Amino acid sequence: MDAATEQTKAELNGGLILAAIKAAGVEFVLSVPDIVTSAGLLRPIARDSALRLIRVCKEDECIGIASGLSYYDKRALILIQYTGFLDSLNAIRAVAVEYKQPICMMVGLLGHEPERAPTQSGRFGVRIIEPILDAMGIAHDLIREDADVAKIKPAIDKAYAQSAPVALLIGRRPRPSQ
Amino acid sequence: MTGAAPMMKRDECFRVLARHVTDEIVIASYSSAVDWNELGARVRNYFSVGAMGLASSHGLGLALGRPTQRVLVLDGDGSLLMNLGSLVTIAAAAPKNLVHFVCQNGTYEANGSHPIPNPEVDFAGMARAAGYAQTHDFSDLAAFTQQIGHVLTQDGPVFATLRVERSAPLTYDYPTLYAAEKRKALKAALAS
Repeated sequence: MDAATEQTKAELNGGLILAAIKAAGVEFVLSVPDIVTSAGLLRPIARDSALRLIRVCKEDECIGIASGLSYYDKRALILIQYTGFLDSLNAIRAVAVEYKQPICMMVGLLGHEPERAPTQSGRFGVRIIEPILDAMGIAHDLIREDADVAKIKPAIDKAYAQSAPVALLIGRRPRPSQ
Repeated sequence: MTGAAPMMKRDECFRVLARHVTDEIVIASYSSAVDWNELGARVRNYFSVGAMGLASSHGLGLALGRPTQRVLVLDGDGSLLMNLGSLVTIAAAAPKNLVHFVCQNGTYEANGSHPIPNPEVDFAGMARAAGYAQTHDFSDLAAFTQQIGHVLTQDGPVFATLRVERSAPLTYDYPTLYAAEKRKALKAALAS
């Protein structure tokens, strides 16, 4: 089996991601729906009484809300699409980077081909995400198969320990748990 | 209450408001931050909103994080126009401990006093339509003085428009307003 075929068979279980989010101590999820994470992640979160879902109208609101919550050490995860990330760059620049706030973003890469690196995507918007994060000095991890889920809790823990932003890039549609 | 003349002065409104403020977190942006800060340093002042329009969103986070902590937002009209969706988000989240003021002078005062697209826009009406629990619209200082104590004790989210004149030119000392030490002090105060 070649690498491409192996990658095609890879899966991403939304239930595992949800468990990792909760294990990281996240209490609030702030979100504008993203079709990448809609079925496998956002719907289960909406049903989960252990998490408070705040549905926002526009993604940059999440940056302010998460910052406000952080003053009480309340952990929040921002669940958005990469288009919303791009739309929120000024808020991220100021609050997350310049003010060094623990802003944790889970960003769906709509249209991304999971077998490729995001920087090699056929989608311009996807290709530029990691370079933008690098230019802003924001740590990021790619989550595109179950083995990557182990990166989530340490990334969130580190963001809050160091009061710094992090982006978790969702490179494949998470499968809803049965 | 309507927005008919006479208008108020923002700094006068804030002096009245300050007489009622004890341990509330006060979030203020741009010109409101300058005027509020003039009234004296408070650890529970929060000016680091970062991007124009985000004051109300920071306020929502600070209100949700500790429902027993009262949070006041002193927004500007140009700022709120950049984050009108936050009215709907706040109304849906329904924090009882959040009071959201907007100082409406019809201008982007910190950016050259150019007019906002519609200086007569009805913010209190929009907040009411969005679902805020209580809304108010003040243009008379005597009425504001008489009612502010009641406004601050209502279950939120509460919204109040303060129809104010353009102020004299202000000095915007952003490095001081946004100093990292202020954020650290606030966090320490809220932890204690």
